[in-house]
Amino acid sequence: MTQETHSKQNKSALSNVLNCTLNWVDERFPLTSNIKAHLTEYYAPKNFNFWYFFGSLALLVLVLQILTGIFLTMHYKPDANLAFGSVEYIMRDVPWGWLIRYMHSTGASMFFVVVYLHMFRGIIYGSYRNPRELIWLFGVAIFLALMGEAFFGYLLPWGQMSYWGAQVIVNLFSTIPFIGPDVSEWLRGDYLVSDATLNRFFAFHVIALPLVLLGLVVAHLIALHEVGSNNPDGVEIKKLKDKKTGVPLDGIPFHPYYTVKDLVGVSAFLIVFTVILFFAPEMGGYFLEANNFIPADPLKTPAHIAPVWYFTPYYSILRAVPPILNSQFPGVAAMGLSVVAFAFLPWLDKSPVKSIRYRGGLYKAWLAAFVVSFLVLGYLGTVPSNVWGQFGAWLGGADRATVVARFFTVVYFLFFALMPWYTAKDKTKPVPERVTG
Amino acid sequence: MKIINKLRKALLMLLVLPLAAVAGDEAHLDKAPIDASDYASLQRGAKTFVNYCLNCHSANYMRYNRLLEIGLTEKQIKENLLFTGEKVGDTMKVAIDKNDAKKWFGAAPPDLSVEVRARGADWVYSYMRGFYRDSTSPTGWGNCVFDPVYCKVSMPHVLYELQGEQELNHETHELKLVKPGQLSVEQYDVLVGDLTNFMAYMAEPAKLQRNQLGWFVLLFLGVLLVLTYRLKKAYWKEIH
Repeated sequence: MTQETHSKQNKSALSNVLNCTLNWVDERFPLTSNIKAHLTEYYAPKNFNFWYFFGSLALLVLVLQILTGIFLTMHYKPDANLAFGSVEYIMRDVPWGWLIRYMHSTGASMFFVVVYLHMFRGIIYGSYRNPRELIWLFGVAIFLALMGEAFFGYLLPWGQMSYWGAQVIVNLFSTIPFIGPDVSEWLRGDYLVSDATLNRFFAFHVIALPLVLLGLVVAHLIALHEVGSNNPDGVEIKKLKDKKTGVPLDGIPFHPYYTVKDLVGVSAFLIVFTVILFFAPEMGGYFLEANNFIPADPLKTPAHIAPVWYFTPYYSILRAVPPILNSQFPGVAAMGLSVVAFAFLPWLDKSPVKSIRYRGGLYKAWLAAFVVSFLVLGYLGTVPSNVWGQFGAWLGGADRATVVARFFTVVYFLFFALMPWYTAKDKTKPVPERVTG
Repeated sequence: MKIINKLRKALLMLLVLPLAAVAGDEAHLDKAPIDASDYASLQRGAKTFVNYCLNCHSANYMRYNRLLEIGLTEKQIKENLLFTGEKVGDTMKVAIDKNDAKKWFGAAPPDLSVEVRARGADWVYSYMRGFYRDSTSPTGWGNCVFDPVYCKVSMPHVLYELQGEQELNHETHELKLVKPGQLSVEQYDVLVGDLTNFMAYMAEPAKLQRNQLGWFVLLFLGVLLVLTYRLKKAYWKEIH
């Protein structure tokens, strides 16, 4: 026999073994059918644009956080006397500990960057509309769980901002009428944030919420693959299928087309990630606050307590709402509502079209006002409320920044509250049969 | 009309807001000469730190033998920096009792391992050059970098032998050297610059490695981006 036939025979022998193994598995577990259903025969619209990178990127960051988190847990000590030092130990004495820690801290902020852009995509293309309401609700739940995860994790380095941030947030619960003080004491496990609090936050951060997050992400994806992806035109591609194959005319298999496309997104994202991680891991104090390099001190309240940037829009809303009848609860309720409001979008939007491409000026103006509100409130949440000084006596000497925050808080809520009205009244353009571009 | 004028003023304020945000009660800080690759400066800074700071302030997360990284040998560390029987692998601890220190100074001297990350290098550099004679304070020293409003500070000026004594002009807020020390003004600035450089290094010893490694990672990802982009183009040729 020649060399060539030899290698041919070897090859077919190898593929025989692989085929046999695959058959053996498929008879016991739906491997091939799952790969088909979710990858090679999951038909996604062919017109995904830039905005569609952020879903896969969110998944990437989730995996990154879990992996780096596992290694951090190996060296971190959830003990009020040891926590701060153990983080510094990771930064100095654990081989590549600084890299893992910065991946985790940069990942936390980038998670929110990616998720905010992913949510914005859902809003501008109407991805929350029928039949995708449940995908959206699972998404809002993921967002809430992510906020919890970030909040619990932020206590762990046990710096001044960790400590006082947790103190402020847990105290929010004490404003709830009647049961509030008991609830916040129960959450802390003590009369003030202490070792007991650190231990339970550690438990929530490394196991409870990650489990919830993973479950919700699976539900989010199962729901998505049940109804199919939306697209920048807001056209349902399942309405027009190839008569013979039953494949949507505007659909292409997710694998290989979107897997290779998402790889480009991943490469570009990792470049941004790398620049931050290696050259500016503190991001000027926005990703890692300077005050958090001072160990937690229950007797010394920092002059200015600011949450990490991804919470600042809601924090601004909290500060903007004045106390009513001596109770801070209205502010807390407004803050809670500002986050939960997203869940109502599928039922607030009465427009006949999904995508911003076919909506009129009225909707676009409201969306723009909402984005501006979100950004201004986000900025104001990072600075003390006297940052712009005070108005004169004509406005009762009120802090300028507080008045501005109040104005944009109202705009923020009007975006949701008036949506049924302005989406119904908006002049929309005709939607094409097939996707464009 | 008056109200309209006020509204116009308010609108104008909104436009210049980001500028206004910068102003405040913060002290003016001088730029610290930081260069993590200047080993000679780091070594001089380490010597100043161990000789002057490390009597009251600890650096609990910094190990002596980490200084091998900035070009010192184990022998040099043992002979020049270890005074009280520490091992070379120990962290920089102090014998001062926290309660005593609190009695003496009003507050226990903080650990300085990550002080530069908490305060900034420019702050440390300006602070160590900002002491002046203040006969009204318990220690005899004031510092407007530490406390921009009242210029109070509980730490005495430990380097005063080297710097000499400065006096504060209460109107212009300028400092003037009235009694020269062992070093000239320029020499003292270099000494504090080296000290700050060392403290910045100590606050994040991996920083130099981090910056250098970053370029290689970026190079790798740049190549990856080109390859993935070409791969995507090749696959998508058939899609329109």
